[in-house]
Amino acid sequence: MKLVLRLLLVAQLLLSSQLYAEEVLVISRGVDRAMPIAVVPFAASGMELAEDAAMIVSNDLRNSGLFAPIERKNFISMPAFAEEIIFRDWRAVGAQYLVIGNASRLPDQRIQLNYALYNVAAQQQVLAASTTGTDAQLRDLAHHVADRIYQSITGDRGAFSTRLLFVSSQRDERGQSTYQLHHADYDGARAKTILRSSEPILSPAYGPDGKRVAYVSFEQKKPRIYIQDIATGQREQITNFPGLNGAPAWSPDGSKLAFVLSKDGNPEIYALDLASRNLQRVTNHAAIDTEPFWGKDGKTIYFTSDRSGRPQIYKTTLGSQQTQRVTFVGNYNANPKLSADEKTLVMIHRQEGFTVFKVAALDLEKERLRILSNTSLDESPTVAPNGSMVIYATRQQGKGVLILSSLNGRVRTVLPGISGEVREPAWSPFLSNQP
Amino acid sequence: MFKVHNSKFFALLLAAALVTGCASKQGETDSAVVDPNAGPLGTEAGGTDAYGTGYGQEFDSSLQQQQAEQAGQAALLATTTFYFEFDSSSLRPDALVALDAHAADLIQSGRKVILEGHTDERGTREYNMALGERRAQAVQRYLILQGVPSSQLEVVSYGEESPSVVGHDESAWSLNRRVELRK
Repeated sequence: MKLVLRLLLVAQLLLSSQLYAEEVLVISRGVDRAMPIAVVPFAASGMELAEDAAMIVSNDLRNSGLFAPIERKNFISMPAFAEEIIFRDWRAVGAQYLVIGNASRLPDQRIQLNYALYNVAAQQQVLAASTTGTDAQLRDLAHHVADRIYQSITGDRGAFSTRLLFVSSQRDERGQSTYQLHHADYDGARAKTILRSSEPILSPAYGPDGKRVAYVSFEQKKPRIYIQDIATGQREQITNFPGLNGAPAWSPDGSKLAFVLSKDGNPEIYALDLASRNLQRVTNHAAIDTEPFWGKDGKTIYFTSDRSGRPQIYKTTLGSQQTQRVTFVGNYNANPKLSADEKTLVMIHRQEGFTVFKVAALDLEKERLRILSNTSLDESPTVAPNGSMVIYATRQQGKGVLILSSLNGRVRTVLPGISGEVREPAWSPFLSNQP
Repeated sequence: MFKVHNSKFFALLLAAALVTGCASKQGETDSAVVDPNAGPLGTEAGGTDAYGTGYGQEFDSSLQQQQAEQAGQAALLATTTFYFEFDSSSLRPDALVALDAHAADLIQSGRKVILEGHTDERGTREYNMALGERRAQAVQRYLILQGVPSSQLEVVSYGEESPSVVGHDESAWSLNRRVELRK
């Protein structure tokens, strides 16, 4: 990480406009390199903060791939209030932006976190605000600060206050497996188990209302789709068809669930209206059709099909009989997920041979494919609601892990602190739980 | 892997013996299935014309045949896992031999079985659920062709969720691409 930061600093100092000679990375609002930003540890007057809030902010901004936080040990001074800032100190370390903050305890024992963002070259305050919450919400406060900074600089909504679902499995000495569905912060912190089973759980899908999850459970020794309320744990079995019941996908307005059934002879995609329970057939082909993903218009569905011989990605419109093939590069493309602006399709891609499966991003306009990962047994990519980051499951050093990658491919980090073999991440939508 | 090949090879030999045994009613024994534990009542290896021997010898050789048949059948019925090539749901020829035995057994017993389809870990989970089902359906279709009523057969896929061998190379993967016949 140090070397990368040094290179970035050098690049900035040389006023070089491209870090990667072989790729032209186009990011929104004309920002084409990671911005050096200094996030100074927040002061806490008369109290101790249970978390390093400034580090949470720093990591969030780094994860987006758009910011290059400067290491603390390079800081010349540690301002916590506007009057303490010496801009020369920040030009000296190459910072383009500066974030400072301080926390204090309110009479009702809540924490108040004041923060401010400065443009170093212009020596100007860009943003100053405060946010309050309980001690238990300190991580949420920090993520909120990161969201505000991200939005202020890029113009896009930050996705740092979002959540993640994922599955873990553990085998004991007798070979018995336990499967768990977890609910955590997007960065893997504060994971809670919301379902535990001795049979497989797969394909969790976060509802667009941010309150429910759909998933496949084998608790009846066959795959069936359930919907569960995340807060209350209340569950409802949604399907009970013979054969496959799988790959649930919520429509953007949450009124429908698309999924796969093989009841009519082979795996096809159907859409269920949750209110009326009316089932509509979406695909009609003897090949395997699976892994549906809705477009924002609530009518387009992307899916995986091996109708051409091997899995590739197609799209269709509800109610029409037309299907259009979307992927043509590589001998296996599956599990499509669209970025928020629908310009990028993220998927699992196999280039040649049969053993290497990588997360890839296809620019739908330019039809250019970019490999995002440096591992070779990747699965289940999920995209942040602002399209800036991807989390996927893969294997590293003999373990199943979750990796977070910025969509521009600059930053890649293993989500820490999760035990067992983890897989099947599912990103939440933007949540209205901001403090 | 080597062991599996061995038992399949043995099964093939037994199958060949069965075929030969059924075709000839004259007490000929195939050298391949001579029972090494046979006492003085057993015929010698190499086969002889049964009419050239006495009644006692013919009875003993058909008993031997029966025992060989039963042993062969038991071996085939003991084979309840069928393996597949990568990305494939085609049954291997050696699988068909064992499935024939299962078909006969199922027709006769009327028992129900579950055909459980599996894949190795590579690729996406839901596609693998579908691929596992396709493999189990290949077994189901073959058994139905051999006369097993479809009501006796149930298909379930576990995709990559339930590997037989936990490992991340071809030696493990090849043992996970399978259909299991469960009673």
